[in-house]
Amino acid sequence: MIAPPKPDLVTVNIDGREIAVPKGTNVIEAARLVNVDVPHYCYHPKLTIVGNCRMCLIEMGMPAVDPATKAPIIDPVTGKPKINWIPRPQIGCGTNVSPGLHVKTTSPMVKDAREGVMEFLLINHPLDCPICDQAGECKLQEQSTGYGRGYSRFVEQKNVKPKRTQLGPRVTLDDERCILCSRCIRFSKEIAKDDVLGFVDRGSYSTLTCFPGKQLANNYSLNTVDICPVGALTSTDFRFKMRVWFLKQTNSIDTETSVGANTVVWSREGQIYRLTPRRNDDVNDTWMPDSGRELFKAVMAADRLVATTHLDALVAQAAELFKMNASAGAIAVVGSGRSSVEEQFLTKKLAAALKASTQLVSRVGQGDQLLISADRNPNVRGALVTGLISKLPKVGDATPLSRSTKGAVAAPIRTGGLTDLAASIDAGKVKVVVSIGEDLIAAGLTAAQLANVSVVYLGTHANATSAAAKIVFPTLSVFEKNGTFVNQQFRLQKFAKAVPGPQGATDDLIVLAKLTAAASSAPMASDLGSLWTLISAEVPAFAMTSYAQVPETGLLIDATPFAALPFVEGETLHFKPAAAAVALDS
Amino acid sequence: MAVITVERKPLTLLERTYLPQIVGGLATTFKHLIAPKKTLEYPEQRPAIPPGYRGVPTLVRDPNGREKCVSCQLCEFVCPPKAIRITPGEISADQTDRAHVEKAPQAFDIDMLRCIYCGLCQEVCPEEAIFLQNQYSMSGYTRAEMVNHKDKLYELGGTLPDQHYKWDQKKTAQDHGNAH
Ligand code: SF4
Ligand code: FES
Repeated sequence: MIAPPKPDLVTVNIDGREIAVPKGTNVIEAARLVNVDVPHYCYHPKLTIVGNCRMCLIEMGMPAVDPATKAPIIDPVTGKPKINWIPRPQIGCGTNVSPGLHVKTTSPMVKDAREGVMEFLLINHPLDCPICDQAGECKLQEQSTGYGRGYSRFVEQKNVKPKRTQLGPRVTLDDERCILCSRCIRFSKEIAKDDVLGFVDRGSYSTLTCFPGKQLANNYSLNTVDICPVGALTSTDFRFKMRVWFLKQTNSIDTETSVGANTVVWSREGQIYRLTPRRNDDVNDTWMPDSGRELFKAVMAADRLVATTHLDALVAQAAELFKMNASAGAIAVVGSGRSSVEEQFLTKKLAAALKASTQLVSRVGQGDQLLISADRNPNVRGALVTGLISKLPKVGDATPLSRSTKGAVAAPIRTGGLTDLAASIDAGKVKVVVSIGEDLIAAGLTAAQLANVSVVYLGTHANATSAAAKIVFPTLSVFEKNGTFVNQQFRLQKFAKAVPGPQGATDDLIVLAKLTAAASSAPMASDLGSLWTLISAEVPAFAMTSYAQVPETGLLIDATPFAALPFVEGETLHFKPAAAAVALDS
Repeated sequence: MAVITVERKPLTLLERTYLPQIVGGLATTFKHLIAPKKTLEYPEQRPAIPPGYRGVPTLVRDPNGREKCVSCQLCEFVCPPKAIRITPGEISADQTDRAHVEKAPQAFDIDMLRCIYCGLCQEVCPEEAIFLQNQYSMSGYTRAEMVNHKDKLYELGGTLPDQHYKWDQKKTAQDHGNAH
């Protein structure tokens, strides 16, 4: 990864503007700092620089010095130091700043160079924008507007290449559109560490292919689709589904693991079409796992829970149940590491009002040292910080995969952490279990144990627990509500509502607030604004914080009270475990 | 507000007989009785549609019968009253005659209760697949009837001449292959 910027700054002059940038910055990034766009294809801030597209050509020069005295030569006309401009253009991506460097990005030579590069890139381009999924977010389209000729001088026959090669289970390649920038190759080699892509043949016959007998099948393959500057690599799932200009973008968080990769949800009229990563240099750079991109499909699943009874009637039923089991310890609350911080806060309030014990379901799998961590709950740390739990949930035995992880991650996920609860149910102490979206059967309770208690279930999808539950509150998925998660770095990150929830499902916060109000007969806030006033007053780590203040890149909170806890995560992209991770044999 | 008093002149004797007005009116009537007819016996008779008329938007095929629309959805985007709805779809690789086009609309609906006949869809279409042609009368008993689906749109559109045969050329190039 890119090393943290060193404090020594270098002053450069870009289009007449002086700017001090860290040493080692290249001209593209330096220009970005003064809002000058240097068009580029092959350069990617998180990959090595190859300089093979030549789109980023700029004109540069250094102040002239007198060979004898080494003193700068002053131009007598302008009274400024004389600049020796290099007579030929240079690539901006491969040129690092040096003191006194002068750059021109708007000179006729640069414009000429860009137009020349564009003309060559478009010589063999199929120009099938009307059917190309990249249209609307295509760098080639964008630069054609600025530097394209508008017509072709090429009278020869265009190159023909394969149009729908299946590179792997999730990526389709249109070779005619490829501009041979090699971003995808570098990504596979450098980030995914799965070196399967390469070019074959020479000149204009160069073609991107997988190495013989290999497939682009790793869990990060769809990132190549994101970084492909043209429409050559397309997502097989999103292919021909919807044009990108119709899609609304909403910032969200990948909920599959505690890494909390930042994502963008692309939706149109209440339907989600795809998920893509959102750049956050402290969490996921510009990547996200393929498995996380499938999660939106659960939103439209046929087994979504919806209520047929009015919410208040359900709350009244629950209140009745709570009243009948008012003795301390008769009710147990199973919280969730998938709930948002606000929901966990309200869960804690509910448990306190019910004098109930609280536990969390643990989900542990194999980490991949990149963006999948061993802890498959996105918000266990939120539960610790809000005080819903005081110690980490126990790691369970391997259980069959629960629904939302099915097919997404190959390695089995151990769901568990409810052994204490199971014991108290067997001992007959617990009569009512309130589960916040957790499938208790998958988490290790037996059907017989569930039959002995009354279950109140808040959740999004039908499962064994919802079937066995006495009262079911259908709630919203992460794409349908606002909230925050605390990821493995103790970074508080926001997610926002992308689509409305189905009719008959209620925001978890409203359900929890109503239940808490019913249990304690005092009103409880359910909107994020007033909840955060309560949270910041009660939770020391969140003091002085409000939902609105959390930046889109997240907010690091004080982790020292939890430093000694044996978290299960190993190392990931931007995370190093403090304590040695619990050894996991899968 | 200023009040203007209008003086009402009393009618003259001749005016009070109403005869000049009746004679004038009859003169107009008889003039039109013998003048050439200006109206049409619609719907039996139909007007001649001038070129460039913007009638009902339709989908057209090229002279080889190929469906021209590739569902790029630009018309859906540009349509000011949002009358167009397209569900894009993929042409599977086994339809050898048109697999090289890769994409075609699964469904294409134009709501004629919304359409304002502005012609922007025709203007924006990169494939020259949608045209506002001569059809000007649309009627129906229900709202649903007023939505033209894909089949209806092709039926209304028919075939128009093509200057480019862009996709046919592509197919020829593909069949021809590379020189090496
Ligand atoms: S497929 Fe895309 S990312 Fe890969 S080399 Fe071609 S243009 Fe670049
Ligand atoms: S971006 Fe510099 S050569 Fe491609």
